[in-house]
Amino acid sequence: MKDFALLLESLVLTPARNAKIAHMVQYFKDAPDPDRGYALAVLTGAMSFKNVKSSFLKNVVLEKVDPVLFELSYDYVGDLAETIALIWPDKEEGELPSLSELVLELRDLPQKQLPALVATYLSRATASQRWAIIKLATGNLRVGVSERLAKTALAEFGKKPLDDIEHIWHGLQSPYLDLFAWLEGKGPIPEIHRHKVFHPMMLSNPVDEAKDFAGMNPADYQAEWKWDGIRVQLVLGEGETRIFSRTGEDITHSFPDLADTLKGTGVLDGELLVGADFKPMSFNSLQQRLNRRTVTAKMMGEFPSFVHSYDILFDGDEDVRGLPLSERRKRLEAWVMRYGNTRLDVSGIIPYQSWEELAKIRIQGAEEEGHEGIMLKRKDSAYVAGRPKGPWYKWKRDPRLIDAVLMYAQRGHGKRSSFYSDYTFGLWKGNEIVPIGKAYSGFTDQELVQLDKWVRNNTINRFGPVREVKKELVFEVAFDSAQQSARHKSGVALRFPRINRIRWDKPANEADVLENLNQFFN
Amino acid sequence: MSLLRHDLYIGPIGAYIDPPFPVKKALITHGHADHARAGHDSVLATHEAVGIIKRRYGEDAAKHYQGVAYGEKVQMGEVAATFYPAGHILGSAQILLECKNQRIVVSGDYKRRSDGTTVPFEPIKCDIFVTEATFGLPVFQHPDAHAEISKLLISVKNFPERSHLIAAYSLGKAQRVIKLLRLAGYDAPIYLHGSMINMCAFYQENGVDLGDLRKATGLPKGALKGQIVIAPPSATKEVWARRMDDPVICMASGWMTIKQRAKASGVELPLMISDHADWNELITTIPETGAGEIWVTHGREDALVHWCQTQGLKAAPLHIQGREDEQAEDAA
Ligand SMILES: [Zn+2]
Repeated sequence: MKDFALLLESLVLTPARNAKIAHMVQYFKDAPDPDRGYALAVLTGAMSFKNVKSSFLKNVVLEKVDPVLFELSYDYVGDLAETIALIWPDKEEGELPSLSELVLELRDLPQKQLPALVATYLSRATASQRWAIIKLATGNLRVGVSERLAKTALAEFGKKPLDDIEHIWHGLQSPYLDLFAWLEGKGPIPEIHRHKVFHPMMLSNPVDEAKDFAGMNPADYQAEWKWDGIRVQLVLGEGETRIFSRTGEDITHSFPDLADTLKGTGVLDGELLVGADFKPMSFNSLQQRLNRRTVTAKMMGEFPSFVHSYDILFDGDEDVRGLPLSERRKRLEAWVMRYGNTRLDVSGIIPYQSWEELAKIRIQGAEEEGHEGIMLKRKDSAYVAGRPKGPWYKWKRDPRLIDAVLMYAQRGHGKRSSFYSDYTFGLWKGNEIVPIGKAYSGFTDQELVQLDKWVRNNTINRFGPVREVKKELVFEVAFDSAQQSARHKSGVALRFPRINRIRWDKPANEADVLENLNQFFN
Repeated sequence: MSLLRHDLYIGPIGAYIDPPFPVKKALITHGHADHARAGHDSVLATHEAVGIIKRRYGEDAAKHYQGVAYGEKVQMGEVAATFYPAGHILGSAQILLECKNQRIVVSGDYKRRSDGTTVPFEPIKCDIFVTEATFGLPVFQHPDAHAEISKLLISVKNFPERSHLIAAYSLGKAQRVIKLLRLAGYDAPIYLHGSMINMCAFYQENGVDLGDLRKATGLPKGALKGQIVIAPPSATKEVWARRMDDPVICMASGWMTIKQRAKASGVELPLMISDHADWNELITTIPETGAGEIWVTHGREDALVHWCQTQGLKAAPLHIQGREDEQAEDAA
């Protein structure tokens, strides 16, 4: 546990990707099995625990620490786990468990026993170790390691191609003894069953119109609409039907109306949308169906789900990811024809000759159909996991901009937990400002520090973690689209709002009025 | 007329303690910029603090200087002022004011751990104690500074291809870190940012042995590989730092206790070394002074005021102009 705590601390504090990888490689070298396997599971999120609540640990602290002092400390530190770790009042002699011991206890012990056990360990640990134990036990790790980065470290550790690891990843199980044996040259590559697992998706990069187009030949690329739904992977065959989200989350249960109709054997990539006769409704409508525990017949009737397929990864049992896109496209069309699924079609290809022509089509599509943009895929590209630079581009429509006034700020999460980094902003409506959205991104770390300071110095009200600020700071907010929404007080909802610029210079009375948003409605 | 106002104005003699604006007569606890500034008519401070002020701002920073030794009583009309060691940096002092039967101590900045570069703090009995509260929250419990230095030395050993660039305030913290390194047996040359050299020389002149110090500029490429370099925090982010070989950015500060703060400052190796009292030192010092009334300034006043009140002490926060931005002060 001590080594793992050190690893977590280094990972949190190391900004550079390569240094993070170096820390992980070193850990994989030093740590024994099965510790390193559990560490991998925890880092990649394959294992997480929620049986200990930070509120329980907080109550242990409050038995000895004055609640006013605790609240002031928490307000200052921002992160509950870190506050508890720093302020923890008990000390006792004793050994800390190994990472495997702790992980298995967290997984297997009755939930009732865990909090007291974790409290005992905290009393034996240093502040940094306490922080790591709390992060682990409360299922709240966030140390800036993506699954991809951990896999990159594995590849470097074992001197194996990252692609090989990607291919088998979703068939592996913690504590990954077979994986580490293979990486250390002590065993064969682990075998996986392709039909039950998610295969990592291929993602695109935004195209830089000024730079990229010059070197791109229109004849080499296939253009498709970028549908405004959710990217999914359909894994079908042997009586199994699974719908995975882009991150590999199994979301089959949310779309039984679609899942029940799917026939065939293979793995397909596509966009899940709602609407009848393959006519997509707005993203708002799709949202009605997301993150619901139960799916009602009414929901399914009102917002029926379907898929526009983009690509094929497995045709029957054959892995076709290595074929060029042009070949896969033929396979995909034939596959879809063969099975005649009622809620699955092929996303059309946009014919075009030149980039200028496609630019016009893109603008027209955005204005008339509300399309998010266009995908450009090299016809000779293989289907590669991750976000390789070059083969696939997304050409999103230009963002819309509006000048809004900062109204409330809330502390962020993870590395931002001690900063006020979540901002609610609004527009003028007569003499008042009404909130129209929230943004968490678009500013640099340095700007974040300035914003945090501004918020602290201009607070006029506090509601729990939220601070209301003087209505004096203007943000230029960029967003992808605006929609009317009855759920918002202002009557509008923005998609993907982010802070484009902080207008320190602009007085609040020059910010936009609410009516200015009308021009952006689809 | 009260002996001391909340803005640290000593009424009977028309003088201020650590005023953030130019005044006729200033009593100064120590040489940090948020306590000592240029432009006063006359300055009363320890000999070392006077030396520091002259080095930092020039001989003409004030019209008149009066230097005193620790424990030496200066009578000014009905008020007597005595400077006692505060253990914060070289020449730092608490100021005891006596008038009739009243005793007030203004702590300035202080710490309770001995560090080899300053005279250790001693608690002074008084009626009113004006305490700092830079780290006035119970989350601040500074670890042993020697252990932090070992952490640094392990990293220096593990990454021989990289420089270790320590961000440390150029007055006080830098010299303390150097001294701690020397005490830990590190006798290789330590390389300095140009702005540090003046103050290090002043410490050496005042009997603090800092060993072999060299300028970090004008060296052949690769010369700083595996070496320790100390620079003010602002310089670590500038072009200046590019001469380093893939430096491990370290920072010596009490703020490093909070991971997210360390991360936000781009620090890879935080060194929790502080020249201020941590929470436990604050709450042990207050009862040691025997004061029944506590004034809290400089930092997180609310928590310490609350604590004093739970102990049955009268307490009030002072919000002194020019001191609100302590967090940005790297001296911590
Ligand atoms: Zn100071």
